[in-house]
Amino acid sequence: MEEQDKPLSLVLFSGTDDKLNAAAVLTVGAAAMGRPVNVFLQYYALDAFRAARIHGDHALSPEATAEQAPIVRAHPGQHWSELLRQAKDVGDVSIQACALSMDMFHLTRADLDPLVDGVEGVAAFMASAADGQVVFV
Amino acid sequence: MTTAQIDKTIDARGMACPGPLMNLIGAIRQGAVGDTFDVLSSDEGSKTDIPAWVAKAKHELVEVRPDEGYTHFVVRKVR
Repeated sequence: MEEQDKPLSLVLFSGTDDKLNAAAVLTVGAAAMGRPVNVFLQYYALDAFRAARIHGDHALSPEATAEQAPIVRAHPGQHWSELLRQAKDVGDVSIQACALSMDMFHLTRADLDPLVDGVEGVAAFMASAADGQVVFV
Repeated sequence: MTTAQIDKTIDARGMACPGPLMNLIGAIRQGAVGDTFDVLSSDEGSKTDIPAWVAKAKHELVEVRPDEGYTHFVVRKVR
């Protein structure tokens, strides 16, 4: 299989809007170019996908300086949830919640935004990653 | 001026990357084989993204033409 056709697997750990947006851009780009994308939501990223919070303010990562933060916030790009919706529309994108993180935050499927396709364990995620890259965000 | 006949103009000026590309993909999916689209984009990423996607998706990049503060990407749906 050509490298460009292998699945791209993203582990989303951080729950800040900047990192989620960067991950969503990678997802939509890979999906548009025909690569299957597996997204695995852990910890704070999973929390950001709660249906009640997904459009809320998820702050910025600590890397954002006082000078950079207002620039990032003012940028008129699309929300990461909209980019992910587009990615699912144009390509083969699976978004799965980490079973451990679901347990940690006492979440059920009903708590999550419909963008999330299901709940799976880490072994199932690694099986779908196969021999493609795994990127941790 | 382009010589290609344009069936649909997609004005994506002001949209951030990857917005213009996503608008093109949406339009191509809804269009008919042979339709020609003119994407107007001021996003720098489009200059690499649109040719890369058109090649991957096996459509035809008819023309890339700079205009004032933006670029025209003329794309024909081939399949």
